[in-house]
Amino acid sequence: MAATRDFKIIVPIKQVPDMDSVEFDYEEGRVDRSSAELEPNPFDLNALEEAVRAKEELGGEVIALSMGPKQAESTLREALARGADRGILLSDKAFAGSDTWATAKALALATEKLAPFDLIICGEKTVDGDTGQVGPEMAESLGVPHVPFVSEVLARSKEWFDLEGTVWDKRYVKRVRPPFLFAVTKDVNEPRLPAFKDKMRARKEEIEIWEAADIAEDVEGFGINGSPTFVKGVEVPPPQEREGIIFEQEPGEAVDKLFEALTREGIL
Amino acid sequence: MGEVLVFTETRFKGEGKEIHPVTYELLGKGKELAGDLNDSLAAVLFSGGGVDPQELIYRGADKVFFQEDERFGVPDEILFRRGLKTLVEKEKPDIFLVGATNFGRSLAPRLAMALDTGLTADCTGLEIDDDGSLVQIRPAFSGNILAHISTKTTPQMSTVRYKEMEEAERDESRKGQIVETDFDLGDPDTGSQVLEEEFSGDVDLPEAQVIVAGGRGLREQSDLETLEELADLLGGKLGSSRPLVDEGWIGRDHQVGYSGNRVQPTIYIACGISGQSQHLAGMKESDTIIAINSDPSAPIFEVADFGIVGDLYEVVPAMIERLKTK
Repeated sequence: MAATRDFKIIVPIKQVPDMDSVEFDYEEGRVDRSSAELEPNPFDLNALEEAVRAKEELGGEVIALSMGPKQAESTLREALARGADRGILLSDKAFAGSDTWATAKALALATEKLAPFDLIICGEKTVDGDTGQVGPEMAESLGVPHVPFVSEVLARSKEWFDLEGTVWDKRYVKRVRPPFLFAVTKDVNEPRLPAFKDKMRARKEEIEIWEAADIAEDVEGFGINGSPTFVKGVEVPPPQEREGIIFEQEPGEAVDKLFEALTREGIL
Repeated sequence: MGEVLVFTETRFKGEGKEIHPVTYELLGKGKELAGDLNDSLAAVLFSGGGVDPQELIYRGADKVFFQEDERFGVPDEILFRRGLKTLVEKEKPDIFLVGATNFGRSLAPRLAMALDTGLTADCTGLEIDDDGSLVQIRPAFSGNILAHISTKTTPQMSTVRYKEMEEAERDESRKGQIVETDFDLGDPDTGSQVLEEEFSGDVDLPEAQVIVAGGRGLREQSDLETLEELADLLGGKLGSSRPLVDEGWIGRDHQVGYSGNRVQPTIYIACGISGQSQHLAGMKESDTIIAINSDPSAPIFEVADFGIVGDLYEVVPAMIERLKTK
C-alpha cells in the first residue's frame, strides 16, 4: 500500500533551447543551437509545479529526471531550486541520438530503478522535439495507465487523483489510481518562481549522474543504434514572404483601401 | 501483398458520434501510399456504437476491421492499445497511420512502445522513397524546421496532422470487405474510470476558411460578439489568442497557437492580437493574414499581408458596415 511509505513522484525534464532566441540558418538548413540560452522545457515546469503541489499536500519526495549532456545539470539545479528533492541525469554517449522510443525506454528503466514510485508527471510536449510521445511511451513501457493533456487537477490523495482533460471534443474527468503517469498542459497551473536562497542552495547540491550501464545490461539498446527512427534530413524553410501593406489612414478610409486591395488580389 | 492501415478516429456529434474527418484525409493519403507500394488499404474501427464502418469503404478502404464494444465508448488508451496490438501482429501492415488528434497522439505512442516500433509525431507530409520506405515530414522546433524521418522497424507508424492531406472522395459504388473482429480486451479494470464527461463544443477551428480572432486588445467579453458578426459575414469562425481563453471569455476550442489549434485558413484576421511567437506558431501558415492593431510596432504586422494601424473598435465596425452594404 502506498500509505505505508513515502509518496514518490518522478518528473522527467528536458533541457531545451530558448525558442525566442534560437536562430535558424535558412541557407544551410540548420538550427544554430549555440545561438540560444538553454532552459528547462517550459511545459516541464508546469509538471514540476504540479509535483511540488502534490508533495505539499501528500508528503513524500519529488525526483527530477533528465537525459542529456552534462550541461543539462543546470536544468536539474533549476528543478531543485523549484522544489525537487533529488536530481538525476542520465548522461552517457550511448544515449546520444535517441529518438522518442529509446528516450522513453531509458527514462522507464531509470524509473524502474527508483521503484516503487507513485506518480510520473510530465509536460505535454517539448518545444524543440514537439512530439509529446515520450510520456505515453514511458507509461506503456512501465505498464501503468496515463492521462494526456491534463488541464486541471481536481483532487489528490494517495489512493486516487481526479484529473480533467479534453479528448474527442469532450471535457473528461478521470479518476486514476497510482502508480500512473499524467501529462499536463500550460493551463494546469502557474509555476512559482524559485526564491533566491533556493537558487543559491541548489547550486551546491549534488546532481546524480547515471550512465547507460547503471540502468541496463545492454547499452546498445539506446542512442542512434537503439532507435527505431532516424532523421534523414532537415529543411529550414524560410519564413513565408508577406506583402506587408500597412494602412495608417483614419479607419473608414483604411478599411476602403483594405477592401480595394483584397478585391484586386482576388482574395475577396 | 502488404497493407497500409488507417486508424479510424471518431468524435462526438450532437448526441451521437461520427467519424472524424482526419480519418478521410488518412484514407486519401493512404490510398496514394498503398498505390506506390502495390499494397491494399485497410482501416480499423473500434467503436462504442453508432458509427457505420461502410462509410470507410466509400472513402477508399478495401477492408475494414470492425469491433463494436461499449468499452470503446470511453477514451481508454489501454483497451484500444490491446485490440490494436493484436490486429497489427496479425496483419503486419507496412504502414500504420493515426490522426494527430488528442486521442491519437496519446494512443499511438503506447502502441508503438508495445510493438517495439518507431513512431513519428504530427506529420504534415508523407511520401514513399525510392527504396520503398516511408519518408515522414514533420515540423519541429516550434514549427521552424521540417525534419524528414525514416523508420527502421515495421509497421512504420505516424500520427498525421488534421487538415494537411486531401480527403478521399466519397463513392457509394465502392465495394469492400468488413471484417468483424472479436479481440480480447483483457482486464476491464485499467486503473482509471471516467467520473464526468461534458461536451465541450464542436467548433472545429482548423476546418474554417476564414477566422476572425480576438486578443488582449478587446476590452470586454461581449465585444467578441462584434468579431463574431464579422466572422459570420465572411462565412468564418471566431478564434482567440490565449489570454481570452485564460480569462474564461471563450472556450478553449477557439484558441489559436502553439498550445491550441494550428490553423491555416484562406483569410486570418487578427484583431487586437500583438503576435507573440506562441500565437504565430498557430496561424502563420494562413494564406492571407490581416492584422488590426493600434500599436504599429506590434509583431503581428511582421507576418501580415495587410495591416490596419488603428483602433479595432472603429476598424471592425467599419468592416462590418462595408460588408453589409456590398
